[in-house]
Amino acid sequence: MSTTTATPATKEPQGTNGKKVVELREAAVRLAGDSGDGMQLVGTQLTNTSAIFGNDISTFPDFPAEIRAPAGTLAGVSGFQIHFSSEDIQTPGDKVDALIAMNPAALKVNIRDVEVGGIVIINEDAFTKSDLAKAHYESNPLEDGSLDRYRVVRIPLSRLTADALKETGLGAKAIDRCKNFFALGIVYWMYDRPMEPTLKWIADKFGKNPAVSEANARALKSGYYFGETAELFPVSYRVAKAKIPPGRYRKITGNEATAIGLVTASCKCSKTLFYGTYPITPASDVLHQLSRYKNYDVRTFQAEDEIAAITSAIGASFAGAIGVTASAGPGIALKTEALGLAVMTELPLVIINVQRGGPSTGLPTKTEQSDLWQAVHGRNGDTPIPVLAAATPGDCFHMAYEAVRLAIRYMTPVLVLTDGYLANGAEPWRIPDPDSLPAIEVSHPNKPNDEKGYMPYKRDDHLVRPWAIPGTAGLEHRIGGLEKQDVSGNVSYDAANHHHMTMVRLNKVLGMARDFPKLEVDGPAQGDLLVVGWGGTYGSINMAVRHMREKGHKVAHVHLRYLYPFQKELGTTLRGYRKVLVPELNTGQLRQLLRGEFLVDAVGYNKIQGKPFLISELEQVMTGLLSEK
Amino acid sequence: MAQTGTTPLLTPKDFASDQEIRWCPGCGDYSILAQVKKVLPTLGVSREKVVFVSGIGCSSRFPYYMNTYGFHGIHGRAPGIATGISAVNPELQVWVATGDGDGLSIGGNHLLHAIRRNVNIKILLFNNRIYGLTKGQYSPTSELGKKTKSSPYGTIDYPLHPLSVAIGAEATFVARTIDVDVKHLGMVLERAARHKGTAFVEIYQDCNVFNHDAFAYATDKDVKLDNVVYLEHGKPLVFGKNREKGIRLNNMTPEVVSLGGDIKEDDLIFQDERSDNPALAFLLSRMHYPEYPEPVGVFRAVQRPTFEDRLIEQINTAVQKQGRGRIEDLFDDGETWVVE
Repeated sequence: MSTTTATPATKEPQGTNGKKVVELREAAVRLAGDSGDGMQLVGTQLTNTSAIFGNDISTFPDFPAEIRAPAGTLAGVSGFQIHFSSEDIQTPGDKVDALIAMNPAALKVNIRDVEVGGIVIINEDAFTKSDLAKAHYESNPLEDGSLDRYRVVRIPLSRLTADALKETGLGAKAIDRCKNFFALGIVYWMYDRPMEPTLKWIADKFGKNPAVSEANARALKSGYYFGETAELFPVSYRVAKAKIPPGRYRKITGNEATAIGLVTASCKCSKTLFYGTYPITPASDVLHQLSRYKNYDVRTFQAEDEIAAITSAIGASFAGAIGVTASAGPGIALKTEALGLAVMTELPLVIINVQRGGPSTGLPTKTEQSDLWQAVHGRNGDTPIPVLAAATPGDCFHMAYEAVRLAIRYMTPVLVLTDGYLANGAEPWRIPDPDSLPAIEVSHPNKPNDEKGYMPYKRDDHLVRPWAIPGTAGLEHRIGGLEKQDVSGNVSYDAANHHHMTMVRLNKVLGMARDFPKLEVDGPAQGDLLVVGWGGTYGSINMAVRHMREKGHKVAHVHLRYLYPFQKELGTTLRGYRKVLVPELNTGQLRQLLRGEFLVDAVGYNKIQGKPFLISELEQVMTGLLSEK
Repeated sequence: MAQTGTTPLLTPKDFASDQEIRWCPGCGDYSILAQVKKVLPTLGVSREKVVFVSGIGCSSRFPYYMNTYGFHGIHGRAPGIATGISAVNPELQVWVATGDGDGLSIGGNHLLHAIRRNVNIKILLFNNRIYGLTKGQYSPTSELGKKTKSSPYGTIDYPLHPLSVAIGAEATFVARTIDVDVKHLGMVLERAARHKGTAFVEIYQDCNVFNHDAFAYATDKDVKLDNVVYLEHGKPLVFGKNREKGIRLNNMTPEVVSLGGDIKEDDLIFQDERSDNPALAFLLSRMHYPEYPEPVGVFRAVQRPTFEDRLIEQINTAVQKQGRGRIEDLFDDGETWVVE
């Protein structure tokens, strides 16, 4: 067992001069501790610093559904993985190069993801008998040889933090809470990260409480200097800036991107954005973000339940605003009846489903793609609703924007699927030029459209009805959930009319494909294998397919962002390959849709573990498939 | 509510849509519709500024019969739809037509929360104590033990009292009226329409097919004056054919007393609809036939900023302080860096 036992820093900090610096292409680091240890917070700091430094980044926060499970238990472990690279990366990394484990439970939960030979930094102060028992360790892993395959660094993190902060005047508890920054300091030293962005953040965040601000700053610096002084490693690592397309960047999570995509769309067409919602994991951050944008005339409404959330949004759309609602699977289930109302009344509406593990309450904080059928089929009646899906955190911006554009152009509800992985994961986002975004054209009639008066269901060439809004004199009309006579909008139980209206609603939505961008194929237009994915699996699939091509295989990747209807080219594309593989974090929902629509013999690779795909497992599946005749 | 000085004088006819009315002949809804059409032209609100929203049930067909903007929603959800409409355009006058099943059963939650937010909407709850559209099951306001199609042995559910619910939900305007008492109905509707904030009106409505004469005690000429007490702000609670009876408070309990002798009007409860304390309004809402005459009229009418007032105030303050948001600022939130 290669163990370094460190001693407290007593010497003055030294420079890194003379120390060998090893250049790495990339590094994946996971910070893990108790859910009260502030791992998400320091993980976010490491992310921001790496992004500003110029690396490409991808993150994977993984936290329990319980806010504070009993301290030290396996259930309470919270982790944050960040992958930073000098090259283009798409995922948080299959394996972890360095794990920081704040207690035995964090070690136990995360050790299996660490690369053999990887670095494991351990807070040895938290390896007491009772801590070990809480993590169900029968023997101390620091002593029993079970960590021999790793480079273990034992550090008395709690004690060092206490020593470093003893003159701050803070109480023992408050001091102990700073040990996450001490740990972060060590990581900054290890990977040669600048401390300034985090020091600035600490000053801004805790400015009102100078003692806490000073303590956290000192903890960070002490950790950094400790790494340097204690010579934890003979080398430090450096991950150079990535060569990414020029432009101005910021870091963005999927939920942030969704929120600003919606607001951008409302600015583009000078409309009020109304966001009716009920808090639910993992969608709530969209509400938190939007509720700050009062000066953009964003009106957020925290409704009494999911049903009021969507019906208020429908009311807002009827009155001429952009009505939006969001939730996760269980909440979308509650909104189902109202979705039908939006289809029947043909009003623009955007519904966002930040998917999580199901069924029922399922795995609230874990990711899954198992609401595709719910999105496409999950309503009473023949009730077509276009379905879009974001592929990356940044793509949530574009799909939210696209949903608003399509909802208004086609007077229809539009569903957008994201997921917990995209929602909480972060990546650098190239800030678009607002003028380059497609126009969102809105027109509200102000005079009758027929000699007999205003006909609310008189349609244009694309079967779209006009959007007359209350307050417009002479266009008073009534809509609702009962079947409507086409053109006049009067209640109608006529058999032929119902058939006609059902087909009109369907054809209107199917026709929207004319407005979708051309299907993008990454790889050869024909070949041995086409991998079709959708949603948050983009990064893993894309990297795996690239690796396969590097190995000489004729493999292509199509990632669907339009799931209902499909893009027009999809049928032809599917027929260009010997085999079609559909990897999904569900039991095969897209595969079934593709088989049903195109009679294609697609095979699936399905994982339902609340976790994203690893690149390596997808490569293995592809290798297996290609070796079959 | 928007007042437009230039609106030409409208008549009840202007508010009638071209749709055939499909309520059963003799239904109490006709009377309510007629009074609403009569009151609206007196308010000085132009037709296009009026929106009727409803859920499901007989009462919820109401919007189709009004020549205003209308939204026939889904069961119980009218308050949600109405909140969305009013939140994005507070200039509109938004009405909700609902029933005892729609409003208090499937939509109870929404009703509570619209009321407590003081959304500027007028809620008319047609209470006929029965499910009419589904053909005669008991409702949340059906009296205990009532035999209906779905309770052949009598109901075992205790009923809700709509006004107690509304007052408990912090309603700023609460009133009760009766479908056939057209003058009173008109007066209450007008007061509700002029109230700023949620106005909640319970209307006793006769379902002459499935629960005929449920309110005969309050509508029958021979007995109604003994069974109903008309509330008027600042006036004592006097009732009876010859106004010979009154309601007095005995500790916390109202009691019916005969006037004359030792008991004078000054000894009675005086209605105070403007009291900030809802205790009296609640106490009145607990008076039920046959133990008491049932109060009709305005129970409570207090002023409080509306949901829309506060919403718009927050937006205006944010715009004043931060300036109108621009897309560029939205993108630049947080740290940005340039890659050359």
